[in-house]
Amino acid sequence: MKSFGRAMAAGVRCLVALSFCALLMAGCGGGGEETSAPAPKNKKIVVWHWMTDREDAFVELAKKYEELTGVKVSFELYAPSDAYSQKVRAAAQARALPDIFGLLGEKRDFAAFIKAGHIAELTSEMMLDNSQWKNELFDKALAVNEFVKDNPYGVAVGIYGVPIDVMNIQMVYNKNLFKKAGLDPDRPPQTWAEFVDACAKLNAAGIQGLVSGWGEVWMIDCLASNLAFNIMGPEKVFATLRGEVLYSDQDWVQVFSLFKEMAEKKMLASGIVTMVNKNAEQSFANERAAFAFNGSWCVNVYNGMNPGLDYGVMLPPKINPGNAVYIWGGAGSSFLVNDRSPAKREAIAFLKWLTEKEQQEFLAEKTRNMPSNKFAASKISTILGDFARGMNYVTHPNFWPVNELPKVIERFDKGIQSIIIGEKTPVQLGQELAKLKAEEMAKGR
Amino acid sequence: MAVLADKIKKIYNFFHDAAPKWKAGAVVFLLVALELAFLKFHDSRFIWVTVYGLVTVSLLFVLIANFAKRTFGMFVFILPALAIFATFYIYPFFKVLQLSHNAWDGIAPTMDFIGLGNFKEIMQDKIWWGAMRNAGYITLIALTFQNILALSLAMACDRQIKAKNMYRVIFFIPPVLSEVVVGLIWRWIYDGDYGLLNYALASMGFKDLVHNWLSDPKTALTCVAIIHCWKGFGWGFMILLAGLQTIPKELYEAARVDGANVWQTFKNVTIPLMIPVFVLVAILTILGTMQVFVLILSMTGGGPGYHTEVPVTRILASMQGSSMFGYACAQGITFGFILMLVSFAQIGLSRKLKQA
Repeated sequence: MKSFGRAMAAGVRCLVALSFCALLMAGCGGGGEETSAPAPKNKKIVVWHWMTDREDAFVELAKKYEELTGVKVSFELYAPSDAYSQKVRAAAQARALPDIFGLLGEKRDFAAFIKAGHIAELTSEMMLDNSQWKNELFDKALAVNEFVKDNPYGVAVGIYGVPIDVMNIQMVYNKNLFKKAGLDPDRPPQTWAEFVDACAKLNAAGIQGLVSGWGEVWMIDCLASNLAFNIMGPEKVFATLRGEVLYSDQDWVQVFSLFKEMAEKKMLASGIVTMVNKNAEQSFANERAAFAFNGSWCVNVYNGMNPGLDYGVMLPPKINPGNAVYIWGGAGSSFLVNDRSPAKREAIAFLKWLTEKEQQEFLAEKTRNMPSNKFAASKISTILGDFARGMNYVTHPNFWPVNELPKVIERFDKGIQSIIIGEKTPVQLGQELAKLKAEEMAKGR
Repeated sequence: MAVLADKIKKIYNFFHDAAPKWKAGAVVFLLVALELAFLKFHDSRFIWVTVYGLVTVSLLFVLIANFAKRTFGMFVFILPALAIFATFYIYPFFKVLQLSHNAWDGIAPTMDFIGLGNFKEIMQDKIWWGAMRNAGYITLIALTFQNILALSLAMACDRQIKAKNMYRVIFFIPPVLSEVVVGLIWRWIYDGDYGLLNYALASMGFKDLVHNWLSDPKTALTCVAIIHCWKGFGWGFMILLAGLQTIPKELYEAARVDGANVWQTFKNVTIPLMIPVFVLVAILTILGTMQVFVLILSMTGGGPGYHTEVPVTRILASMQGSSMFGYACAQGITFGFILMLVSFAQIGLSRKLKQA
């Protein structure tokens, strides 16, 4: 019995050794043919994302892609976005990222992932066949995924992500409530004075003015930044971020004063400072407020909450007629390719296919988001078309030449909340931010 | 082996039987020694592997000391638990200690050692200490309002009343509910426009009190604290009820025979015998309340401004919002250290009360 066991063990050892030799020979031979080899039939790509509203459409596209190429694409949904964000960071630390993943965060996080070798550079792929892939995509959407020369993060110049849709954040207004307040539903306010006047009329009719998820502070940041760009122009905003202009400057105090004015004139919905965007969306969809500050993703959200909602899109009101109005926008969601993935080539091929006109039209129709492919934009709804017109005014921190320091951003947003609840004055906030900025710059963060 | 085990056991017993202040002193001393060693040898992997190994081996020896006199074979059964403890408790502690001395964004392969820089910054971080104050305020309300409510209801249920089991179940419903669900429901109740609370107040003629409770800095923290107490009093209720049921009924009968009224019985029988239970409930309340987090996120997100920020939301903000992993770890260590000191102080206090 013992000798039988020994023989079995020896047999297993021989088998393992033989398999190893075979594998070794297979690995050594035929290296020159590697690039021309077709994708293995059972190849699998794993994609991580957080977009609950797009899961069904992704799965349908994955099926189609498998039928077409034999490559199985497995979309793995991890929501909510906070949990997803933590998962991606933990996976990066453990070098266990999937073949394709989305990244939530600011440009500095994106840069950190690239510098750590987690994200593949895609410029050469984009430039193939006279830049065919690059030319199909909206420039502003690509810009979010691009690092230009002399970027402040020290990342090598290139494109590192593939936008799968585009978005921008504007204001929407309820046409029915406009009519009730005696306002013209076809002519939304364009200047700050008109906006104040419209809110006064809405208030007189017992209708709340502006609602937004300002409990999630980044939305405050977004509107404040829009107003600042219009009041002082992009260069002065960038100079402030570089530390050359102080937040106590008169123009910044004017930006903060607009929030004070909105609070004092009761232009804001009740409880806005602790409201999450989902509640703000419910409030607007249920016609409890006449204006909302929200992104183009809201078209899908409002459609789910109140399909009969009659609303229009408008740019944030202009304060300085001499400067253009800017809004945040660019790539709504982007997919990145893991640079260490063994299926990197297949992953890039899949993303190329995903951003082709046909797939983009399918995604735009199913998820009511603006497509990232220029040639798929003709099939979008009227309201999305209105949002799409705003793409000409788009800017975003992810393609600014300089970004604000994290602690200053937090104090900036929370400070505006404090102004709204009457705890701080615009001048106080300006001085506080100027002091904090100096301290943080001294730390070199 | 047996002699060595005896010696180790003697040292172990010496620390085990020491007064809380000595225990606290020893822990502080060990932490300071560890900190000094870390500052000196932070870049020496050898030293840290050795320290990690030593801590694990010390634990091993404490176990040997306990088991060697019986059967050495029994010790083998402890090894899996020890391996899990060393991997999931001791190693993360060293890792957090290491990270707290570095400036790191959580992604980059390298970190910048900044010594005590993060801790110095915490000392000057007014928002952090404001968050500690907020957590302290919620804890104070929980210690008083929540525990008085729990004790009153436990005493009511300890009597021979009808359907007392049903009351026990009802009082224990809030603790088993999800904190997120509780937060979202109460957020709706507190809503300024369509909230049930404002509707009730307006119906009863208190229109002056109607406002947005969670967006008003004067009421936001108290509103959250009240919900935390509502959610948490069930635990205190169960523990206090269990404590009350251990008091022999003969003592109450004897007190009644001696002519003691209800208050005198409560003061002279219930309170002295319940002190260990009060201490346990107080420690659990403090540790649980200081770490309140989910309720805050689902109700206010820390706002308006910084009015409902607590230490855990600040740690999360440093880690996720600002990508300052090192700073977040330093905040975690500082917070843990403070909680540990509070716990030691409470144990010391309870001993004194028992002696009194």
